[in-house]
Order: sequence, then structure tokens, then C-alpha cells
Amino acid sequence: MSAVEIRGVGKTFGRGAGVVEALQNINLSIETGEFVSLIGPSGCGKSTLLRLVGDLLAPSTGTLTVGGKTPHAAREDRDYGMVFQKATLLDWRTVRRNVELPLEIMGIDGEERQSRAAEMLALVGLSEFAGHYPWQLSGGMQQRVAIARALSFEPSLLLMDEPFGALDEMTREAMQDELLRIWERTKRTVIFVTHSIPEAVFLSQRVAVMSRRPGRISRVVDVGLPYPRDEDTREDQGFYDKITEVREALREHE
Amino acid sequence: MPGLPVVFSAMAAVSPTLEARTVPRWVRSTLWFLLIVAVLVLVWEAYKFIWTQLEWTWPVRPINRSMPHTWDIVSAMFRPARRGGEDILLVILAEAALFTLREAVLGFVIGGVFGFLLAVVFVRSPLAERSLMPYVVASQTVPIIAVAPMVVLWAGRNDWPQWVAVAFIASYLTFFPVTINTLRGLQSPDPTATELMRSYAARPGQVLRKLQVPAALPYIFTALKISATASVIGSIIGELPAGFPDGLGRVLLNFASTFSTSPEKLFATVFMSAVAGIVFVAAVSLAERVVVRSRPEVFAGDMLTPDEGRAG
Repeated sequence: MSAVEIRGVGKTFGRGAGVVEALQNINLSIETGEFVSLIGPSGCGKSTLLRLVGDLLAPSTGTLTVGGKTPHAAREDRDYGMVFQKATLLDWRTVRRNVELPLEIMGIDGEERQSRAAEMLALVGLSEFAGHYPWQLSGGMQQRVAIARALSFEPSLLLMDEPFGALDEMTREAMQDELLRIWERTKRTVIFVTHSIPEAVFLSQRVAVMSRRPGRISRVVDVGLPYPRDEDTREDQGFYDKITEVREALREHE
Repeated sequence: MPGLPVVFSAMAAVSPTLEARTVPRWVRSTLWFLLIVAVLVLVWEAYKFIWTQLEWTWPVRPINRSMPHTWDIVSAMFRPARRGGEDILLVILAEAALFTLREAVLGFVIGGVFGFLLAVVFVRSPLAERSLMPYVVASQTVPIIAVAPMVVLWAGRNDWPQWVAVAFIASYLTFFPVTINTLRGLQSPDPTATELMRSYAARPGQVLRKLQVPAALPYIFTALKISATASVIGSIIGELPAGFPDGLGRVLLNFASTFSTSPEKLFATVFMSAVAGIVFVAAVSLAERVVVRSRPEVFAGDMLTPDEGRAG
């Protein structure tokens, strides 16, 4: 069974003369454990599509299923770990208590919470910052806390909306390496929204290229580069070829 | 005008010590407070001196019957308030201030709780906000002096103590800033934080407790400081129609009627009312420091340097 099934999904905002068609006839099927990126120009609806999968928005037409369930049921079952461009940490909580937040809401008891938070902070390499407050961390560190928080309750699906978009290039590449390392260890299904072509190609097994007005998936590029991917991958000819392929797919539908 | 240059050089002499990290914060703020009191006294006395010398009468004649000397106001506090009376003015004023503060604190609590609950209802139901907010705003345009006698009368019919009635009058002024600011604070979390809570399938009560209320705390404390002063004013006004002699309201009324013969008593009462308000606000600020601990400003003392904080 596939992790995510998107069938004929469309989304319109507004009513009457002000109606905007954000997405039109989206079809995509994502396997369990797969890493898929959504890429496209701003306004192509890629974030909207992610929010439809995560039940933060309801589709206007078509159907979505997540692990065979409706998105709503999947959300109620806590199947989604979400990471946004903003880390959105609560600044009155320490790093550790931020990672514990979803566990508190899910009613997991204190000892279990602490050990899971410690495990997750170790996974993202921030154990020694557990007692710090968010404003004491750099942007990259804050985003790693956000990832630890999203993974703390072991959701089956990781939804990431331009999580590294606000980071500088060096930090960004380090975060990509780290995300792949975590993905290979935890084997979660990941949907990753980005507007960076190299980022999409470096991370994903498949890249869904979107075009705008109305937002559609114009092409799905199979990356096919072997994992684990590392610095050598970034200099590999195959990597460049795929970047070119995605870039041309984007340009075709300008 | 020999006074002012002395003050300025005193400020210059004091300020390096004030800025030194070794001096505790409360000592620094107390020193600044005393300095400002000294400056105000000097401005008052300088006005009297200059206006008398130049025989100016506008805007206020500098005579002792409208502007008593500051030292006359202070010494009036240590004399019996009435001829043949036993208690000195300061004791009478302190007792009146305590009585009024008791009403103000109760009014503050009632208004604060009501104001907070109203904000929670409004943030949970936009319909309630849209339909009730105009009345909340309108309530504050009704002069409290018109509401006060009604409340006192109703309380009297129900055999409530009058000071409780006055507390309710004070709460009428108190709840409004709390509602407005709390609502703003509850709405302050970033939309992505709200989406995050939704992705955890958090119940509305959990979103409120874990996200909205903590985010609103700085807003709430701003409102509580406004409400603290408003509740003192509300209590003083509420005491007027209540017609009992215990609070600052009646004392103010009495001394206003004898202003032309002994103005220093009214000034002393005004001073005591201000002290009551300041004490109340200071107590709220102290509570804020305890409750809102993790804010950067409060932590500034032991905050990491930018380099240490951004390591890694």
C-alpha cells in the first residue's frame, strides 16, 4: 500500500469573481519510505499541496489518502511530523521542552518524554543544548530542533515546507546531509517542498516538478542516484544531469 | 536659579555608578526614582521662586494657598489632621489608602478574571467577538460616576458590604484593558505555530494552555499594570456615592472643600493616592518578573554572548 495517494485533487480559494484556482488535477502516488520533493516557482501551489496532504486545508475536488486513511484520520492518529521554513519554537520553553511539546499533547508521561527527547536531540546532534532557549541558538540549530520535535512522536510521514529556505548555503548543505542521514536511519516517508533545484535533486528519489496558474504537476523526474549521497554526489556528473533535467522541466512550463 | 545645575552635576556624578554592573538593579531603579522625585520638587519650588520674583500669575499664581511649599505638604502629614484630633494626617491617609487598596485589589482580581475569560471566549468564537465587542467598548464610554451609585444601591439591597460594591465598580474599569490585551496576546502566535498544534491533533484547551496563554503573558501583564492603576481610580470614584468615610475618596472630597484654607492636605492626599497606585503597579511588575521568567530581557544578566550562543 502506498503511503500517500493523490487522485484528481484541485483546490480553489475565494468565491465569485475573486476565485483563484491554486491546484488543478493533481495525481501523485508516494511509496512508503520514499523521499519525494515538490519543486516549482512561487505561487505554483506546492505548499498548498503539502497542506492538503497534512489536513491543514481541505481539497475542493478529488481525493487524498494517507496510509489508506483520510488525511483527517491520519492527523488524528498523529501520522504527520511537520517542519516549516520558520522553526516556530516556543521561546518560553527550553530546547528539550520544545521537543517534548508534541509528546505532552499526546499524553505521554514524563519519563518517557524525557528519554525520547534526549534520543531525538542526540539524533540531530544537539544534546548539549537541551537546556538552552531557542533565542540562544543559530537558525540552523533551531531548524534541527524543529526536526527533532517532528520526529519525537515517530510519525510515519514527514512533511517539510522549505525547511532550509532561510538558511545560508553552507548551513543548508550541512542540513541536507544530516536530513539524509536521519532519513536513512528512520526510514520515514518524506514530502519535501523546495524551490532549490540542487536541493531537490540531492535529497530525493523523485522530484515532482510543478507549474503555476493553475498549479499542476507537469513532470515527475526520477533521480536514481545511489544512496548514501555525500559530497561526492554533489560533484557527480549524474547529479548535474538531473539538475539540468529538472531545470528544463521547469522552463518548459513557464 | 541655583538648584538645577546642582541636579545636573549630581546626575552626572551618579550615573557612572548607576551603570556599573556591580550595583543591583533594584538599587539603581530606586536611586533613579529618588532622583526624579528630587527633580520634581526642585521644579515645583523653582516655579514658585521665579514666578514670585517676576510677579507672573499665569498659569498658576505661585502663592502658598494654591501651591504650598513641598516642605509644608510634608510637615502637614505629621500634624493632626483636624484641630484637637489625635491622629496625624499621615496615619489617616495611610489607613484610607489601605482601605482603598483592599477594594482596588478585589476589583482588580474580579475584573482581571472576568476580562481574561471574556478574551478566551472571544478568541474561541469570532462570532461572539463580533457581536459582543461593541458592547464591551461601549461599556467604557459610560461614565463610571453614573454607574457607581447604581451598584452601591443594588449591593445595599442585597446586604453586601459596601467595600465589595466599590470593588465591583473598580472591576468595571479593570476588565477592559485585560480583555483587549489578552485577546491580542492569544492571537499573537505565528500561524505556523497554530498549524503545528493542529498537526499534533491538539485539543482547543491544549492549544490554549500550551501555546496561546504563554504567548499572551507579556500582553496580559501590560494590561494588568494598566488595570492596577485603573482599579485604584475606580475605587476612589466608587467610594464617593457610597458615602462612607474610610477610603481615599471621602478624604479627597473633604480636603478639596477646605482647599482654599489648607491646600497642603489635599496635595498630601493626592500624593498618597499616587503612592497607593505605584505600590500596586510595583507588585504586579514583581509578579511579572517571577511568572515571565524566560524572556530575554529578564535573562539579560546571564545571557550568553552572541558568539557563545551561536556556536555550532
